Amino acid sequence: MRTTHDTDARGGDVRLTGLGKTYGAFTAVHPLDLTVPEGSFFALLGASGCGKTTTLRMIAGLEEPTSGTVHLGDQDVTALPPYKRPVNTVFQSYALFPHLDVFENVAFGLRRRGVKNVRKQVGEMLELVQLGEQARRKPHRLSGGQQQRVAVARALINHPRVLLLDEPLGALDLKLRRQMQLELKRIQTEVGITFVHVTHDQEEAMTMADTVAVMNGGRVEQLGPPTELYENPRTTFVANFLGTSNFIEADVDTRSGDDLVLKAGGGRLVLPSARNSGPTAAGGKVLLGVRPEKIALVHADDAGRVPEGRNRITGRISDSSYLGVSTQFVVDSPVCTAFEVYVQNVDRDPRLVPGAEVVLHWNPAHTFGLDAAQSLLAGTVDPAGVETAGKEAI
Amino acid sequence: MAFLDRLKRRLVVVAGLLTLGYLLLPVAVVAVFSFNRPRGRFNYEWQEFSADAWKDPCGVSGLCGSLSLSLRIALWATLGATVLGTMTAFALARYRFRARGAVNSLVFLPMAMPEVVMAASLLTLFLNMGVRLGFWTILIAHVMFCLSFVVVAVKARVMSMDPRLEQAAQDLYAGPLQTFLRVTLPIAAPGIAAGALLAFALSFDDFVITNFTSGSTVTFPMFVWGSAQRGTPVQINVVGTAMFVVAVLLVLISMAVGNRRGRQRT
Repeated sequence: MRTTHDTDARGGDVRLTGLGKTYGAFTAVHPLDLTVPEGSFFALLGASGCGKTTTLRMIAGLEEPTSGTVHLGDQDVTALPPYKRPVNTVFQSYALFPHLDVFENVAFGLRRRGVKNVRKQVGEMLELVQLGEQARRKPHRLSGGQQQRVAVARALINHPRVLLLDEPLGALDLKLRRQMQLELKRIQTEVGITFVHVTHDQEEAMTMADTVAVMNGGRVEQLGPPTELYENPRTTFVANFLGTSNFIEADVDTRSGDDLVLKAGGGRLVLPSARNSGPTAAGGKVLLGVRPEKIALVHADDAGRVPEGRNRITGRISDSSYLGVSTQFVVDSPVCTAFEVYVQNVDRDPRLVPGAEVVLHWNPAHTFGLDAAQSLLAGTVDPAGVETAGKEAI
Repeated sequence: MAFLDRLKRRLVVVAGLLTLGYLLLPVAVVAVFSFNRPRGRFNYEWQEFSADAWKDPCGVSGLCGSLSLSLRIALWATLGATVLGTMTAFALARYRFRARGAVNSLVFLPMAMPEVVMAASLLTLFLNMGVRLGFWTILIAHVMFCLSFVVVAVKARVMSMDPRLEQAAQDLYAGPLQTFLRVTLPIAAPGIAAGALLAFALSFDDFVITNFTSGSTVTFPMFVWGSAQRGTPVQINVVGTAMFVVAVLLVLISMAVGNRRGRQRT
């Protein structure tokens, strides 16, 4: 399959301008401005109830926006019904037509647009998703992964300018999901169509997408490439929703060159100003964050071996769990209880057991700063399993 | 002891066979007596084997006329009740409108109402309206009482349908009409077919309501009832047996078609 001509000619970027949706008093999506560049793999990531699916359905035309516009390329499609929009959707749990076989499911869109000879195109598409053998089967006789591929084929065969995917892998088991992630990524690279992917699975979004928009409470919290979101989160929600973060409450002390020096407990910690989204004036309250795998851990007896210029804090190991490739430590320190540290199991130090006094140190460039006025727990899952930021559990 | 043990193990099979026998015995009696040659006017005692009645099913005056009338009424009533009932079922399953709850329960009233009471009030209604009793009054009454059954059958099907299927059709360039014809209707079809079959069976053998609303018109059930007063011709058994055979054949054919299609699709 090749990139289609109309994709090239008319542009496949999606522009949402002030797009919002309210149901009575409840605001599902706050007016939202978003541009998805043509040919990109874009993910809308968030817990359930965050507005990501509503946003997707507004692009598809299945939901009418309360405000704002949807543009595909230069065309304003806000007023168009779904069957007149050059976009196609892969639905959650696929929504394959149960009364039609695989071939007819895939041919459905072509036939509705009056294409006479569909055999060749459908055959090619079924080959692309490796389902040539199953063409005459009814959907209920296929496995979950096969159904998922039919759903993708049924949408892609129409050469949409944008392909929308609504939790397309949610119903698959973990192993199959990994496989389909790579498969979808391969197909997207091959056909070059803009993909907008909705998911609550941060790993899925990071593996597949070029750009991820993290949504929370009907708003986009942060948008960027996965590495940027992970390495330099702007809010505690993003920091906690994507992976795990350790936070230290600190006060801005002085500025030295491109760095800020902060006071926390008795010690001093360095934060590059470029990586700080909190206050910068002296005395300002900053949440200083660092990812668990960026931290090195040495026994207190070896404290002298820690190189100069690194952020360091002291503490005592309260818990450790051996995970094969790595060991997860939980460290109690005066500046932060339950500091999480992941250490690769290269040379294991037998002294690092619960109760041992340790020094944690990391490169200041791996530190990020957030405004301390927000909840530390946003985006985390509390012990009862309830998402603190989302309306409901995932 | 050994026999008891075997019986215990086969209990389900034995119970099943007994139940089946219980269900089919009346049918067997009807079929057997269609080959009887009764001595008097009543076909209640077995005399000797004869295929006379099968050779001349219309030999009794009025029988075939009433049969064709019943079939015609049943077909039209099925059509009317299926169309109206399907539309009602869609409205109830899909739309939130005022008095939806009330309509939902009111639709079932004709099923709960004693048939004879409904028949009597229908007659009162028709007489007061000055309508001539006959084909049309029977048809109107039949559509009315078949409607509820169609609504029940179709609604169950529509309710269990994934709304995303229609959204998927719209997403794939099917306008509202195409979506209905290509997706909604085919998926609802088994429910509609079940409702239609039920309506046909109910209308074809209805006696009580028909008796009140027919005037001088005679349907097949009324003909059977009428002749039972004076003597039962063997041809009644012939018609009954033939209906049964046709029904069984239809079921067998539909099963065979289903199987073949299933095999082809593999």
